Amino acid sequence: MAEERKEIDALTGTPTTGHEWDGLRELNTPLPRWWLWLFYITIVWSIGYWIVYPAWPLLTNSTQGVFGWHTRSAVVADLDELKRQRGPMMDKLATASLAEIAADPQLLDFARAQGRVAFADNCAPCHGAGGGGAKGYPNLNDDDWLWGGKLAEIEQTVRHGARAGDDKGRQGNMPAFGRDNVLKANEISAVADYVRSLSGLSTEPGVDLALGKKVFADNCAVCHGPQGKGNRELGSPNLTDRIWFYGPDKATIMQGIQNGRGGVMPAWGGRLSESTIKALTVYVHTLGGGEK
Amino acid sequence: MSFWSRHAIFEKNSIVLVIGILIVIAIGGLVEIVPLFYLKNTIEKVDGVRPYTPLELAGRNIYVREGCYLCHSQMIRPLRDEVERYGHYSLAAESMYDKPFQWGSKRTGPDLARVGGKYSDDWHRDHLKNPRLVVPGSVMPDYSWLADTDLDFAHIAQDLKVQALLGVPYTPDMVAKADADVVAQATNDSPEAADLIKRYPKTNARDFDGNPTRITEADALIAYLQMLGTQVDFKLYDDKANIR
Amino acid sequence: MANLLTARKTMTIGEGGSALAFVGLALLSIVVAAKAYTPEFAFHAYLFTAASTAAVFAIINRYYERPIETPLTVDGKPNYNMGPVKFASVAAVFWGIAGFTVGLYIALELAFPFLNLDLPWITFGRLRPLHTSAVIFAFGGNVLIATSLYVVQRTCRARLVGEIAPWFVVLGYNFFIVIAGTGYLLGITQSKEYAEPEWYSDLFLTVVWVVYFLVYLGTIMRRTEPHIYVANWFYLAFIVTIAVLHLGNNASVPVSLFSPKSYIVWSGVQDAMVQWWYGHNAVGFFLTAGFLGIMYYFIPKRADRPVYSYRLSIIHFWSLIFLYIWAGPHHLHYTALPDWAQTLGMTFSIMLWMPSWGGMINGIMTLSGAWDKLRTDPVLRMMVVSVAFYGMSTFEGPMMSVKIVNSLSHYTDWTIGHVHSGALGWVGYISFGALYCLIPWLWNRPLYSLKLVNWHFWISTIGIVLYISAMWVSGILQGLMWRAYTSLGFLEYSFVETVEAMHPFYVIRALGGLLFLAGALLMAFNLWKTVNSAVSAAPAGLRLAPAE
Ligand code: HEC
Ligand code: HEC
Ligand code: HEC
Ligand code: HEM
Ligand code: HEM
Ligand SMILES: [Ca+2]
Ligand SMILES: [Ca+2]
Ligand SMILES: [Cu+2]
Repeated sequence: MAEERKEIDALTGTPTTGHEWDGLRELNTPLPRWWLWLFYITIVWSIGYWIVYPAWPLLTNSTQGVFGWHTRSAVVADLDELKRQRGPMMDKLATASLAEIAADPQLLDFARAQGRVAFADNCAPCHGAGGGGAKGYPNLNDDDWLWGGKLAEIEQTVRHGARAGDDKGRQGNMPAFGRDNVLKANEISAVADYVRSLSGLSTEPGVDLALGKKVFADNCAVCHGPQGKGNRELGSPNLTDRIWFYGPDKATIMQGIQNGRGGVMPAWGGRLSESTIKALTVYVHTLGGGEK
Repeated sequence: MSFWSRHAIFEKNSIVLVIGILIVIAIGGLVEIVPLFYLKNTIEKVDGVRPYTPLELAGRNIYVREGCYLCHSQMIRPLRDEVERYGHYSLAAESMYDKPFQWGSKRTGPDLARVGGKYSDDWHRDHLKNPRLVVPGSVMPDYSWLADTDLDFAHIAQDLKVQALLGVPYTPDMVAKADADVVAQATNDSPEAADLIKRYPKTNARDFDGNPTRITEADALIAYLQMLGTQVDFKLYDDKANIR
Repeated sequence: MANLLTARKTMTIGEGGSALAFVGLALLSIVVAAKAYTPEFAFHAYLFTAASTAAVFAIINRYYERPIETPLTVDGKPNYNMGPVKFASVAAVFWGIAGFTVGLYIALELAFPFLNLDLPWITFGRLRPLHTSAVIFAFGGNVLIATSLYVVQRTCRARLVGEIAPWFVVLGYNFFIVIAGTGYLLGITQSKEYAEPEWYSDLFLTVVWVVYFLVYLGTIMRRTEPHIYVANWFYLAFIVTIAVLHLGNNASVPVSLFSPKSYIVWSGVQDAMVQWWYGHNAVGFFLTAGFLGIMYYFIPKRADRPVYSYRLSIIHFWSLIFLYIWAGPHHLHYTALPDWAQTLGMTFSIMLWMPSWGGMINGIMTLSGAWDKLRTDPVLRMMVVSVAFYGMSTFEGPMMSVKIVNSLSHYTDWTIGHVHSGALGWVGYISFGALYCLIPWLWNRPLYSLKLVNWHFWISTIGIVLYISAMWVSGILQGLMWRAYTSLGFLEYSFVETVEAMHPFYVIRALGGLLFLAGALLMAFNLWKTVNSAVSAAPAGLRLAPAE
């Protein structure tokens, strides 16, 4: 056992504590002053902070701080501040009708500025970064519309969605002709070829297009129209324009006839603010396909 | 005896040292944790928060299993950009039945606290199968096996029972009907659905994964995602009453 | 001592009792395996059966081969028990490399997501906890166990308490790691960060940890030095506090004995608070207090200098462990945790700054009068740089605890950068330094090559710099992009745009990780050559080794 020798360390001139463990010793250096002072300062600062902000839990509530500052009230103030920053244009946007917005280039730019990121965060996952669409999700910058490309029509689709459980939303599915045993397999195949022929796509050799035509007239024309030009009342697409949102290949078309179609577009009314919905409507309208 | 030499009592007596350590480390934890259980304003008073349906709970367990929380938070902070991007800031009440909580600490992907209803079931199915197919810039992994794996809910009633034991308000009726409720919720136009919705208000009941013939893990996970953030009606919520 | 007098070999209570306990565990786990709800759980139950059966045989075998009595001293010197220490040091090197490799892989997954390969077991969400547990608990934990069991013996001049017990600690701990790690790959997790293992692993770890505590404390009580050395205060605080935290944060009820799944007794906001009380103090006591214990032995030993200030040791020890516990809420700033708790978390984090720097001062200033050694001894340099990183991350940490700063940094890669300046710089380097000292001492061989240590040092330093600077930039960029507003007052970037902006930094980070891993492989090679060298340490080499 090492005996206690409070010797002076030769290199630093500081005394040791005199203990030794496995050859290890300790200097008895006093606490560095700067260190101690900084420590005190952090303590004093903390005490000050406790006085100013909510800090210590008591029996029924915590101390509330002298200014009553809370994160939850601060964000309300921040949002108000944002409103002020957006200025009078925002009030204008909120009250203007869609037509007025479209008529005022400055307001239109303002709305588009709001719409851009709102579109990227909420709509682009389905409709693609530039609104170009994807399989199952319509292209929004062409002039082929399921439900209509006028401002009011777009607004209604955005606000209430399609088949998303909103009563005012776009309703009605394409039936599942195969699954519900309305059509037989050969009829489905024939009508699928017929649909392709409507837009001049090649059909399988030896197919009975006459049968297809008859099946179409009996079953499909109610929605897609006798010429297959679609019907915006029902959201049934035009089948003659070579613009597809599920796809032109026969298998995809047959799949649709077999199982039905009914894409869901969420209803944004409860989720996004009024002004955001207006801005998005205008944004989509100006993507390229907007109708007067 | 100098100030410094008094410390010898700890250095010479290991039990005193251990007790000293225990006392010193107990204080902070007690002061910070215990009041959260007795201060009434810790959890806001709001209507609408209900326990998870058995299918949602199974989906939540898959969320936990796959470690989604390592990339996704479920906690919208009261900061203006977050409120604007994701919606109303999250309340403590919204996760009061969460065992364990899924607030997360890293946002490699976006916050999911209010993702319910934001997309369609089809979109979730496509996205889970291959995120880059719908969102080209995504770094989220593919989870295609979820739609191929049958959901194992043979013991889901036991899960509810344990949660009930730990204070989640599952009634004996809910426990008894747990298995049937899974099936009812994952089936299109189930006659049982009305009953289910009586037990669990605001529940979506339908086939979620686009495959009505099977109840898969994707059914459960999408059911869970579609209910996130949909329970509290913020039109009725009084912000000022719950500042603390 | 009865059996010395009679000189007859008898089975000790420890041997008999633990053999019986393992028989019981083996039987129980067979039953569980047979009735398990999931194949994954059955697999774990079989692992328990195999391990406990092996343990029974090992105990019996050892009984036949051991001498009648293991003397506590030989020729008046303590008869140190270094077997478990050797095992844990080798395990640390192994797990370190495994953990860094997985870290590199998940870094690559974030840069190139196809690497998830659509395989459940290796998706990011399952591998990330494997990485964190492998580096913290497997690598860090084995370094802590190895060094603590070494240091406590040397500084108390006493043999470890128990014969089976220290082996149970080391082997049991590593078995826990295997269960936890395979569990993550199979999707068994509680999702509580740094406490992911499920209830049965948690229970098993509790037993291991209690035995660790008893062995450690028992050895201190057996000491032949009047005072307890400062390294042991830190190790003891680490062991005691981790036990408390582990119990609090894993309080859960299994769905059934036959199910791997459990539910935590806390919920929502309270669960969040308990989790970060745990999580922050896993940093504070596992990654800090424990590693400060390492610092307090290995730096003065290697530098052959006295510890800078005994008084600083006292003040910074008690203030550190008192203040750390309060800081957990800085992980929950701006969440649904009430404001008052966030305030406490923030202010106590600020007050934690100087106690942390007390450790840094004591580590670095121990070199006063011997700075020249930094030039010639890369092992010492590694440890001193480690302490500098400690100082840096304990400055950054309090800064990130300030709510205004945290509103930017939280949820971003800035946190990841902070973690890894602490993890790679502090935890990694002090561990490497300790292993470079410890393995030559344990095997009584000179270190194979100091030059390779120098290479290790420089390669991994470049790796760390790449890693953390990439994460600072990406973290701050991401935070700023999320909150960026256009002049008209609308959000400027969508979320995916911020994801895409991270790509180059994720590639740089992966490169940094690769370099860090390369350095660790050099170390493994160096240590391997050391252990397998034919020469015993020359007397000159013994200068660094503690005198027997
Ligand atoms: C979950 C996917 C999804 C999201 C997100 C989504 N949509 Fe849609 N959207 C659809 C689908 C599917 C349709 C087609 C509906 C139909 O088939 O009748 C559609 C249709 C539309 C239409 C009608 C197109 C037409 O030709 O008449 C407009 C306009 C539209 N979406 C705008 C938006 C806007 C704006 C947003 C964001 C706020 C948005 N969408 C988000 C899926 C989505
Ligand atoms: C009750 C109305 C209705 C009837 C009857 C109907 N459809 Fe449809 N069809 C729709 C609607 C609505 C959609 C768009 C579905 C969507 O938005 O997801 C659609 C979509 C389609 C598409 C996909 C177009 C694309 O762009 O990819 C094809 C092809 C099609 N229908 C063919 C047919 C054929 C062939 C028949 C008869 C066998 C038929 N439809 C009968 C309503 C109908
Ligand atoms: C490696 C990180 C990572 C993991 C793990 C991960 N995600 Fe994602 N997630 C992302 C990223 C990045 C995005 C944004 C791009 C996109 O939409 O794909 C995202 C987007 C999402 C979205 C769309 C959110 C929105 O509002 O647009 C959902 C829903 C989602 N993930 C669910 C999950 C689920 C469920 C899991 C686990 C099974 C999971 N994620 C695992 C990274 C991840
Ligand atoms: C080769 C070296 C390493 C690489 C490439 C690496 C990489 C990574 C990556 C990619 C992540 C996930 C980050 C995210 O989710 O965005 C991560 C997380 C983490 N790593 Fe590492 N790592 C390495 C070494 C280490 C070491 C040595 C430690 C500890 C001793 C460590 C501790 C952690 C921790 C604690 C986290 C979780 C951080 C959090 O949740 O905030 N890592 N690492
Ligand atoms: C005074 C000391 C320290 C303070 C006050 C501190 C503070 C912080 C803060 C504020 C965060 C971010 C929390 C968030 O926004 O989510 C954090 C995260 C983290 N820190 Fe520190 N830190 C300190 C030292 C260290 C050290 C030395 C290490 C490692 C060795 C470390 C490891 C970590 C880890 C692993 C995380 C990530 C936790 C997670 O989200 O998973 N910290 N720390
Ligand atoms: Ca299904
Ligand atoms: Ca656990
Ligand atoms: Cu922390």
